[in-house]
Amino acid sequence: MVHLQEEDLVEAYYDPERETLHKHLAVCAECRDRFEQLKQALDACAEYTIPERSASYGAEVWAQLAPHLPMAKPRRTWLHWWMLGPVFAGLLILAFLTGRFTQEPETGIPAKTRDRVLLMAISDHLERSQIVLTELSHAAPDDSAAISRERDRARDLVDENRLLRLSARRLCDTANAVLLDDLGRLLLDVANAPANSAPNVSQETLRAVQDRLEDNSLLFKVRITAADAKKKGQRL
Amino acid sequence: MEWSDREAATEACKGNQYAFRVLVERHSHALFRLAFRMTGNEQDAEDLVQDTFIRAYRQLHRFDSRASFSTWLYRICANRALDLLRARKVRKEYQPAQNDEGPGWLETVAANDPSPERLAHSRQLADLLPSALENLTELERAAFVLRHYEGFDIQQVSEALGVKASAAKQSIFRAVQKLRRALRPAWEARA
Repeated sequence: MVHLQEEDLVEAYYDPERETLHKHLAVCAECRDRFEQLKQALDACAEYTIPERSASYGAEVWAQLAPHLPMAKPRRTWLHWWMLGPVFAGLLILAFLTGRFTQEPETGIPAKTRDRVLLMAISDHLERSQIVLTELSHAAPDDSAAISRERDRARDLVDENRLLRLSARRLCDTANAVLLDDLGRLLLDVANAPANSAPNVSQETLRAVQDRLEDNSLLFKVRITAADAKKKGQRL
Repeated sequence: MEWSDREAATEACKGNQYAFRVLVERHSHALFRLAFRMTGNEQDAEDLVQDTFIRAYRQLHRFDSRASFSTWLYRICANRALDLLRARKVRKEYQPAQNDEGPGWLETVAANDPSPERLAHSRQLADLLPSALENLTELERAAFVLRHYEGFDIQQVSEALGVKASAAKQSIFRAVQKLRRALRPAWEARA
């Protein structure tokens, strides 16, 4: 005869309707003995003493509870539904004006969406900046027209760079903010380079830009960050 | 006419203070018993009762009026008790042997056979039981209390504690094993 497991005995104790178990207990003296021992122990737990509460305990609980519940306030007879029209209209105007004059672009946008938009914008901006930087970096040292060819594109990128840098700072995205800071300074120099300067001045400016690009590996950083931001943005 | 739990819950959901008061006064005692068994501490149990009612009030809109209100309330209480037990190790302040209010567990057990041996055995069990319960893990204790004292079935225990039925069953089984081991000295001394 297969005897009951300890778990079966516990089941049998709590569930009198487990017929199979109880039928077995009826015919198996060994299991019945084990069951009786279990029953004795569990029966002993049944009388665990609970401190008495007075008959008014429920009322006491309510008295303590009531002040913490946000109950419905009694209706005021002087307040009619039609009086609420101007109030709602006023609130609507106030909300509109608040939105109009507050510079909180992230308000109402879920954090995830906001981060994705920023990352994609940064990625796009860095890719376009990369084109300018690559052109400048690969320009021949005696190419006096190189700076002036990129001046307009740099000007377009300067404003965008500033906005993205501010957004990154506001969202505590320090790494991107620092990179955009470096990039912004270089773009600004290119954008402000004199238009009709002598060839030797243009060549000097180009050399200075190329040196800066090489010194702080800006082009490399821009390329990596653009790819990284795109990947992160797509993942969000 | 007296409201049923469901009617009172529906009314309370509409913001009727009196209806919720009815529910509080009706279920406070039972809830305290459950909370005390879960925590083993009088003050914690009282706090738990308050907390349960506040949560129940806030979640009244989620109550399915086809279900039993008391079971729903017990679930909230059990869940909160589990959080409480997990958050801090409850030190038992309540000592059944020092209780002066009415007949305790010791007297109840001894009533059928008030022989000195039986009394000694009961006293020993009374001493062992609180610490035996305290030595269970939070989940074991909560599952055991719901199964043993509140008569929840495995499915209800698992739903109340947010665990799988198999985990609830295992927790109860482990609790029973631990309790038997802890109470064994009392049976051996008697033998």
